[in-house]
Amino acid sequence: MPQKLVIIGNGMAPGRALERLFESAPGAYDVTIFNAEPRVNYDRIMLSPVLSGEKSFEEIVIHGDGWYVKHGVMLYKGVPVTKIDTAAKQVFGTNGISAEYDKLIIATGSVPIIIPVPGHKLAGVLTYRDLDDVQAMLLAAKARGKAVVIGGGLLGLEAAAGLAEQGMDVTVLHLAPTLMERQLDPTAGALLAAELESRGIRVITNANTKEILGEGRVRGVLLADGTELPADLVVMAVGIRPNSALAKEAGLPVNRGIVVDAQMRSADPDVFALGECAEVMGQTYGLVAPLYEMANVLAAQLAGDVEACFTPTATATKLKVTGINLFSAGDFADGPDRQEIVLRDASRGIYKRLVIKDDRIIGVVLYGDTADGAWFFDLLKKKEDISELRETLIFGPAYIGGANADPMAAVAALPPEAEICGCNGVCKGKITGAIEGGLKSLDDVRAHTKASASCGSCTGLVEQLLKLTLGDDYNPTAVQPMCGCTHLGHDDVRRLIVAKELKSIPVLMQALEWKSSAGCAKCRPALNYYLLATWPGEYKDDSQSRFINERVHANIQKDGTYSVVPRMWGGMTSAKELRAIADVVEKFAIPAVKVTGGQRIDMLGVKKENLPAVWADLNAAGMVSGHAYGKALRTVKTCVGTDWCRFGTQDSTGLGMKIEKFMWGSWTPAKVKMAVSGCPRNCSEATCKDVGVICVDSGYDIHFAGAAGLDIKGTELLGHVETEDEAIVVIAALVQMYREQGRYLERIYKWAKRVGIGTVRAQVMDDAGRRRELYERFVFSQKFSQDDPWAERVKGRDAHEFAAMKDLSVLEGAR
Amino acid sequence: MSGWIDIGALDEIPVQGARVVKTARGCIAVFRPCAESAFALDDKCPHKAGPLSQGIVHGNAVTCPLHNWVISLETGLAQGADEGMVKTYPLRVAGGRLLLSLADCAKREAA
Repeated sequence: MPQKLVIIGNGMAPGRALERLFESAPGAYDVTIFNAEPRVNYDRIMLSPVLSGEKSFEEIVIHGDGWYVKHGVMLYKGVPVTKIDTAAKQVFGTNGISAEYDKLIIATGSVPIIIPVPGHKLAGVLTYRDLDDVQAMLLAAKARGKAVVIGGGLLGLEAAAGLAEQGMDVTVLHLAPTLMERQLDPTAGALLAAELESRGIRVITNANTKEILGEGRVRGVLLADGTELPADLVVMAVGIRPNSALAKEAGLPVNRGIVVDAQMRSADPDVFALGECAEVMGQTYGLVAPLYEMANVLAAQLAGDVEACFTPTATATKLKVTGINLFSAGDFADGPDRQEIVLRDASRGIYKRLVIKDDRIIGVVLYGDTADGAWFFDLLKKKEDISELRETLIFGPAYIGGANADPMAAVAALPPEAEICGCNGVCKGKITGAIEGGLKSLDDVRAHTKASASCGSCTGLVEQLLKLTLGDDYNPTAVQPMCGCTHLGHDDVRRLIVAKELKSIPVLMQALEWKSSAGCAKCRPALNYYLLATWPGEYKDDSQSRFINERVHANIQKDGTYSVVPRMWGGMTSAKELRAIADVVEKFAIPAVKVTGGQRIDMLGVKKENLPAVWADLNAAGMVSGHAYGKALRTVKTCVGTDWCRFGTQDSTGLGMKIEKFMWGSWTPAKVKMAVSGCPRNCSEATCKDVGVICVDSGYDIHFAGAAGLDIKGTELLGHVETEDEAIVVIAALVQMYREQGRYLERIYKWAKRVGIGTVRAQVMDDAGRRRELYERFVFSQKFSQDDPWAERVKGRDAHEFAAMKDLSVLEGAR
Repeated sequence: MSGWIDIGALDEIPVQGARVVKTARGCIAVFRPCAESAFALDDKCPHKAGPLSQGIVHGNAVTCPLHNWVISLETGLAQGADEGMVKTYPLRVAGGRLLLSLADCAKREAA
């Protein structure tokens, strides 16, 4: 006869406890859950990616409705419990719902702390705790107004980054002198503040909130020093406190949280507390790893393992903001008995600090490069004597025993008990053991061990373990294959083209074991681009692998005719060019002429066989192909700048023409549209382009990664330069980096989001040597790309493309 | 009359390419998916009449340039989830020459 188990709360900790319980004691309990939130169990850690738009709610659900059905769990959604009667062993919810229990788990979590300043109840003041908060923030962000986030800890900064990503103008207020002072030392805190500022998030430290201003609805925040900040939305993220009110009313002992022993049992032997609401041995917890540990202990207890008990361990922290890498663990305060080892690399934005006491690591702070976090954390937890490693310790495991270039060395060097997944407390040995037991893919490992199944930041490490353990048998199914012709993803193919020096499509298909004889319409154009971009001057372009537009250098229209767009450098034209266009339109009876969004003239409805003759006439007037048909540099839009405009600060037209003349003809993963505006009024709309330049008095702000198509997205600031020449070098280096890393058809904004804005900035702006290399590779590839394809075809190249093979209509007519 | 019309040399079509032959009833696309073989189909996708001759040729199939329907060169049938059929024409390669037959359509017109 199963016992009745009632759980109050349906967060991650009770969800984990139930999983473990169903594994170890199936059928032992009839489970009833009261959830105050009207939904299933989801991954609360991943709310930040939902806020920033990188994930949907469906992607962060841990247990779907089917899971509850499968395990016979009665889940009351949106039913908070109002009373526990421990004497009658019964709980009462709203709507008259009640349930009797043999065992009760209180897992009510925590509630956000609200600072009781005047105005804290105004509409527009939110906290950051659950999906409802996120949805309220997303709604508020639609107006793209100003947001003030009070609190510069983990949650506050993730909220700030998410709101900024949603287009809000965000200010973070933090009471302490540096951000995340409980997890970061002042230097890392300052680096983090600088990175956030560069993303347009204003950070004010030592900020003491005095009042939230507004009548009925928030309109601003007043600080103790008299500063007034306008705000349409205020998010309070100053901390949480255990939600223990229900237990207290039921007469259970409560300090900060509900007091439980190491077996998670409260003063009442049939009542347990779990998660953020529980106080174990005088300590409450908020990070997921110890909460999951509590869940394991409680599940074991319920399954009859009376030995199981909770032992607190050190926990590590990571910030989940795309492009910011940050890791901290342990104690990193200064002290007379402590030494430190510090590594700084300003150009790459890296800061690493180890705090050492008695030859043991007691604190780790990593900023910018956190790859060795797991290794340091393992040494810290095991209190390993590091005196012999000390000389090269800061460089990580790859340098132990001499330099080692193998990127997998770091993971290979980890001992089996090293923790890989902090969220779920999974060590390396458990993962490799499970892989040796027959797992083949990342999804398998996630399903069986939970490693990388929560916040996902250790995914790279888990994949490396798969590779290490399985060797060549590892097929990374997490990687989306290019198409049905291969199991390889775009990035793998690009890497292998370089590593194996593959220089033609047939050779590549043979070497990479393509599953089809001749590829398909998806992979062939991608491969042609990758080979062209990797081996400039060596690879012979395969026109049969190009989409028709690039094969005939014009845009196919719905009726099979073509459109023709000549280049107009920087959008400038002349009477001579316009006259030539007018003549061509009349001569070939071209049915439509249109001005494009990129400041060009488009002639639509040209018959294919007329293309070479049309081009010949345009060439004669000095015009060349505008590449409006290509995955290539399309247009550089400009305003009139200092030539004419009374507000212009620089010669935007001239710079636009220079950029276009320098970069035209270059093939790219997807189309590239640029613009140069002569002042911040931005008449050429540079801030929604792939690359945009905004001229200012002191020089040029270079922007990138904007979009105004399927997605609308403002650009990111890449950096500021003082001269036109520097601007051109930076832009060429940026485009070359994209040419080398972008997946075919992946626009710059998607590529930048994938690799991280900070990564691009670090290589193109901060690292002069890297910028020079990229620039030089771009210049080299341009040697082979700046022949006008129209002129070549006027001279007779690919004549077969434009003429019918045979005309039988005459013959048939005569018959 | 044998019905076989010489429309040109196989080598006038690039491998993995196509050319068109104009007829009174519209264009016929002649594909050369590999060095030795060739196929003739109406140059008209069953979906929105896109010119198949302009598509990318892969294996014995072509992908229409307008909306990516994939058509079998052997049968003229749309592949995958799409449904439709393109008319195919008898085509022979003899001594490096391409011989096309329009006989069956002529018959149908006469009837």
